[in-house]
Amino acid sequence: MAAINRDDVAHLAHLAHIEMSAEELDRMAGELAVIVDSVKSVSEAAGDDVPATSHPIPLTNVFREDVVGHTFTAEQALSGAPDAYEGRFKVPAILDEG
Amino acid sequence: MTENNELIRSSAAALAGKLAAREVSAVEVTQAHLDRIAAVDGKVHAFLHVNTDEALAVAAEVDAIRAAGGAAAGELHALAGVPIAVKDLIVTIGQPTTAGSKILEGWHSPYDATVVERLRAAKMPILGKTNLDEFAMGSSTEHSAYGPTHNPWDLDRIPGGSGGGSAAAVAAFEAPLALGTDTGGSIRQPGAVTGTVGVKPTYGGVSRYGAIAMASSLDQIGPVSRTVLDSALLHQVIGGHDPRDSTSLQDPLEDLVAAASIGNVAGMKIGIIKELHGEGYQAGVENRFNESLELLRGAGAEIVEVSCPNFKYALGAYYLIMPSEASSNLAKFDGVRYGLRVLPKDGPMTIERVMGATRAAGFGDEVKRRIILGTYALSAGYYDAYYGSAQKVRTLIQRDFDAAFAKADVLISPTAPTTAFKLGEKLNDPLAMYLNDVATIPANMAGVPGLSLPGGLADEDGLPVGVQLLAPARQDARLYRVGAVLESLLEAQWGGPLLDKAPSLTDPSLTGSALSDAAASSHGGSH
Repeated sequence: MAAINRDDVAHLAHLAHIEMSAEELDRMAGELAVIVDSVKSVSEAAGDDVPATSHPIPLTNVFREDVVGHTFTAEQALSGAPDAYEGRFKVPAILDEG
Repeated sequence: MTENNELIRSSAAALAGKLAAREVSAVEVTQAHLDRIAAVDGKVHAFLHVNTDEALAVAAEVDAIRAAGGAAAGELHALAGVPIAVKDLIVTIGQPTTAGSKILEGWHSPYDATVVERLRAAKMPILGKTNLDEFAMGSSTEHSAYGPTHNPWDLDRIPGGSGGGSAAAVAAFEAPLALGTDTGGSIRQPGAVTGTVGVKPTYGGVSRYGAIAMASSLDQIGPVSRTVLDSALLHQVIGGHDPRDSTSLQDPLEDLVAAASIGNVAGMKIGIIKELHGEGYQAGVENRFNESLELLRGAGAEIVEVSCPNFKYALGAYYLIMPSEASSNLAKFDGVRYGLRVLPKDGPMTIERVMGATRAAGFGDEVKRRIILGTYALSAGYYDAYYGSAQKVRTLIQRDFDAAFAKADVLISPTAPTTAFKLGEKLNDPLAMYLNDVATIPANMAGVPGLSLPGGLADEDGLPVGVQLLAPARQDARLYRVGAVLESLLEAQWGGPLLDKAPSLTDPSLTGSALSDAAASSHGGSH
C-alpha cells in the first residue's frame, strides 16, 4: 500500500476543510505515515470469503409511528448559530465572485 | 467535616439507603459533594462546569417530596437525591456542553440526551460536566482543550481517557456516580488507572441519543462508580430501549442489581484470553491479574484458557474504522449551525474558506489527525484496502468472541497494559498512546459488554491496576455477577475498598511541587 506523504495530507486537509500551515503539514505527514504503517497489516488479515461487519448488532426495519414528535422552535434551532438573520442561519457566500 | 467526609465516601447504594431512611437530606448530600469539588477540583480538574444551583434545587425538590410523604414519596426512584456527574460529551439543557473542544466553547444544547432525561426523571442532582479528551479522542484527557485532568492517586499522572474527568471525579470523592462514554475503552481504561469501576454496556443497551458522536458503530454510554453494585444501579436508570436511537436494542433490561447480589461464581467458566496478557503488560498488572484469577478459582469458578488470534488486528482495524466514522461525524462542525466561526485573515469570505479557518482554529491536533486519517481511509482507491478490510476484521473478532464464549461464560483480562503514566509522557507519540486501549478495543469492535474493576496496586509503583470482564452481547448481567464477587473477595483481602489507600487530597502536609504544579496547570486553559 502506498505511503502517505505531505502532498496527500495537503489534499486530505482540503477535502476535510481544515486549513493547515506548512509546518503543520510536515508534522502531520510524519505522524500519519507512522500510523498508516502500523495499520497496514489489517488489509492482509481477512480473505475474500470473510463478510464485512458494519454494525456490531445489526437491527433491521427500525421504524417509528408516523406522528409528529418533538421539534425545535426556530429560536431553539438558531440558539447556537454563530450568525442568524430573520429566523434563518446566515451562511457566508457559497461562490467566490470576486 | 467528619460527617461530610462520611457522606462523600459513601457508595451510591449506601446514600440511597440513608436518604430513604431520612437519616440525611438530599441537599446535605449534594452540598457535601459540591464542597468537596470546591476543595479539591483545583488540583484534580475533573469538572469543566459545576452545576451548583440546579443540583441543589433538584435535591431540595426530592427532600420536599419525601417530607410531604404519600404516593409521590413512595414513587421516588431509589437513587432520587443521589448526585451524579456527566461527561461533557453528553448534551444537557441548562449547562454548557463543550466535548472538550474549543469549537463548542460556551455552546448550550437545546435538548437533553435521553440518559440525562432519565437522570432527571429519577431526580438525581447533576453536579456538573466532566473533562475529557477532545471529542473523546484520547486515553489521557491531555487532548482536552481545557487542560488535563489529574489522577487523584498521583496528580502528576494521567487519569486515563477519554473519560478521565468522570473517573477522577468518582475516585476523588467529588461524585458517587458519573456517566461516561466508551468507544475503544474510554470508560474502562480510566476506571483501571484510577481504581474505580466502569462499564461499557452491550452496544445498543443504553441510548446514544444526545451523546456527541465520535464513531457511531462503536460509541456506547455507560456507568462510572466506585462499586460494582453502584454501576448496576446506574445502568438500570439509563438502560433500555429508546426510539430516538435507531441502534437501541428493544430487549427488556435485565435485573442487573439482582445479578450483582447473587454472590457466587461456583461452576462458572471464566476464560483467560491468551492474547490479552503476558508480553507487553507491566509486571505489577500481570501479578494483580493472576491474583484475581486465584480468588475466582478459590470461589469455585473454573478458569479456562481461550485464544482469540484475530485480536492482534483489532487495534489496527479500530484505527481505521474509528477515524473514518469520526471524520464523517465531525463534518457537521461547519461554522454555520452551532459553535465557533472564524473568518479567514484575508481573501474572499466564502463558506469553504470560513470552514477551513473555523476547523483549523477550533479542532486540536489529535482531532485533526483522526479526521485526516479517516478521510484517507475512506478516499477512493483506498476504501477497500482500509475501511473494507477493517470491517472484515470486525467479523473475525466477532467470530473469536463466539468461539471463546462457547468455552467460557465470561472472559477476563487486564483492562490496560500499564498503570497510569506521567502527564506528557506519551503526548508526542500517538502510537504509544493508542496502545493503552489494546485490551479494551475488541469489545467495542464486537459490541459485547465489558466491566473494569480495581484489582489492586502494582508493586513497582503503588498505582491501581484494572481487571476487565467481558460477556457475550446482551449478557451484561454476568459482568455484574462475577464483578461483585471478585470485588468482595479483593476487598476482604485489602480490608476495605482500594480507594481507602489513595492519598488525601486535602492533607495540608501535601503541598509539594506536584500539587502546586497541578493547580497551576488546571487554570492554564489551553495547552
